[in-house]
Amino acid sequence: MAAEVVVPVRPSTGHTVGTLRASLLVLEQAWAWYRRNWKATVFSSVGLPVLYLLAMGLGFGSQVRAGAVPGGLTYLAYLAPALLPAGAVQTAAGECTYPILSGFEWSKIFHGITATPVTPGQVVLGQLWWLLSRLLVSGAAYLVVATAVGAVTGPGILLSLVFGVLTGMAFGALLIAFAASVRSTSGNAFTAIFRFVVVPMSLFAGTFFPISQLPAWVRPVAWLTPMWHGTELARGAEFGPLPWGITLVHIAYLVALLVTGMLLARWRFRVRLTR
Amino acid sequence: MAQHVIATSPAAALPPRTGLLLRVVPPGLYVGRARTLVRRAMLTNRRSWLPVVSGLVEPFFYLLALGVGFGKLVNDVTGPGGTPISYTAFVAPALLASSAMNGAVFDATFNIFHKLKYVKLYDSILATPLGPVDIAIGEISWALLRGGLYSAAFLGVMAVLGLISTPWALLAFPAALLISLAFAAVGMAATTFMRSWQDFDLVNLAVLPMFFFSTTFYPLSVYPRWLQIVVECLPLYEGVAMMRSLTIGGVDFGLLGHVAYFAVMVVGGGVVAGRRLRVLLLK
Repeated sequence: MAAEVVVPVRPSTGHTVGTLRASLLVLEQAWAWYRRNWKATVFSSVGLPVLYLLAMGLGFGSQVRAGAVPGGLTYLAYLAPALLPAGAVQTAAGECTYPILSGFEWSKIFHGITATPVTPGQVVLGQLWWLLSRLLVSGAAYLVVATAVGAVTGPGILLSLVFGVLTGMAFGALLIAFAASVRSTSGNAFTAIFRFVVVPMSLFAGTFFPISQLPAWVRPVAWLTPMWHGTELARGAEFGPLPWGITLVHIAYLVALLVTGMLLARWRFRVRLTR
Repeated sequence: MAQHVIATSPAAALPPRTGLLLRVVPPGLYVGRARTLVRRAMLTNRRSWLPVVSGLVEPFFYLLALGVGFGKLVNDVTGPGGTPISYTAFVAPALLASSAMNGAVFDATFNIFHKLKYVKLYDSILATPLGPVDIAIGEISWALLRGGLYSAAFLGVMAVLGLISTPWALLAFPAALLISLAFAAVGMAATTFMRSWQDFDLVNLAVLPMFFFSTTFYPLSVYPRWLQIVVECLPLYEGVAMMRSLTIGGVDFGLLGHVAYFAVMVVGGGVVAGRRLRVLLLK
């Protein structure tokens, strides 16, 4: 005979939670899953930027001509802050593609959540909280390693971390909107995003070499990427100078992308979950 | 009205067991029909050609980044015989070897695992006359066809950009296939031990550091002596060294050592994969 399970039933309070609390409940759901599955992401979110730092910063850096990098820096030091936005974009690419599609198509957890008083917009907000916590933790872990190998030249890199997280959030919000629009479960759309957006952006948007090395007609494309703005900010924060005017432009651009992504994502979530 | 013709193939219609493999492998494991699996792969990929074709583009982004970016930061590299070669010519063969490895590992782990655990493709195939050895040969052939396409395209671009300086480069194509085959065999063997997607982070953990540290972007002399020995044992290092000697010169008998290394991987991986697939699928 099956044991009887007693589920305490609380009487309905008759009112729903506010937006902030609802989105934090969504965050709690993400954490409840992650607590059991975190091991699978340790390497890709913390190990990978460290690997780039060691292989490219130390290994490739040993081959770099003296004076080839602006500011008379060693290549390792030059690379260290730029890997913060680059790593954040990588993490965002992982967190905001398949997991989002899964919420609609495989685990269908978004349908479950929105069957409660939580709205689609609040689910988006909760996903962004989750992305924010992932970016902060992996960025901080990277900083510890970067400091240990002597790649950090000053405390300004803490500000670089903030800019790196902002870059990842801006790109991630746009990706969430995109992933919420993907209907096919084949994953081809994401393969295209990785190959035609993430990889070229990682290679050409200023992380590994200044974009002044690119032909003049390609540079405007780099200016459009969140990665380039993030890289400029992250390097400026550590090495200076960070003049007010241009800094505000970079920040404003990233914030604009973030807000656009949030609005688009809320719209796409509403369309997919309420119709 | 269209009529469906269902081809029935009774055991009597199977080809007679004449080939060596057919006589050596126990009956039921292999019926010499691996090509039907390749045909199936082509059919299923007809609608999703984008990932297959876009895989061609990725290495060119890397070559471009090398020429425009990384190459400008470093001096020329000393090639075989002391002649200076451009940094791009130094890295390109390493990228060729790495992309052969990446494609094969990705195919043999993620794709096969998906078919093994979720689509349960092989269970349905085994309900037909085909056996596990047909499956293994069929899957590996498809992976090699894809990998071969990428390698040929990459070599073509290297030739156009003037990154090849010896006729030995003609052998770089079969060499790329050998690298793919070796990594596919070992990858497939590893896949049969995987329990869930969580285990796949281990694949990345093996492949990515190998990609970065197998002298892809800088010469072996960067490392201290003890680390050099470790690196020299890595399979990708073998592949990179082989490709470099074939495209920029310096071919000697060491080449046979690389070939032997990969032959061991092919045989070892193949035997383990075959055994494990039998256990997983037939028991």
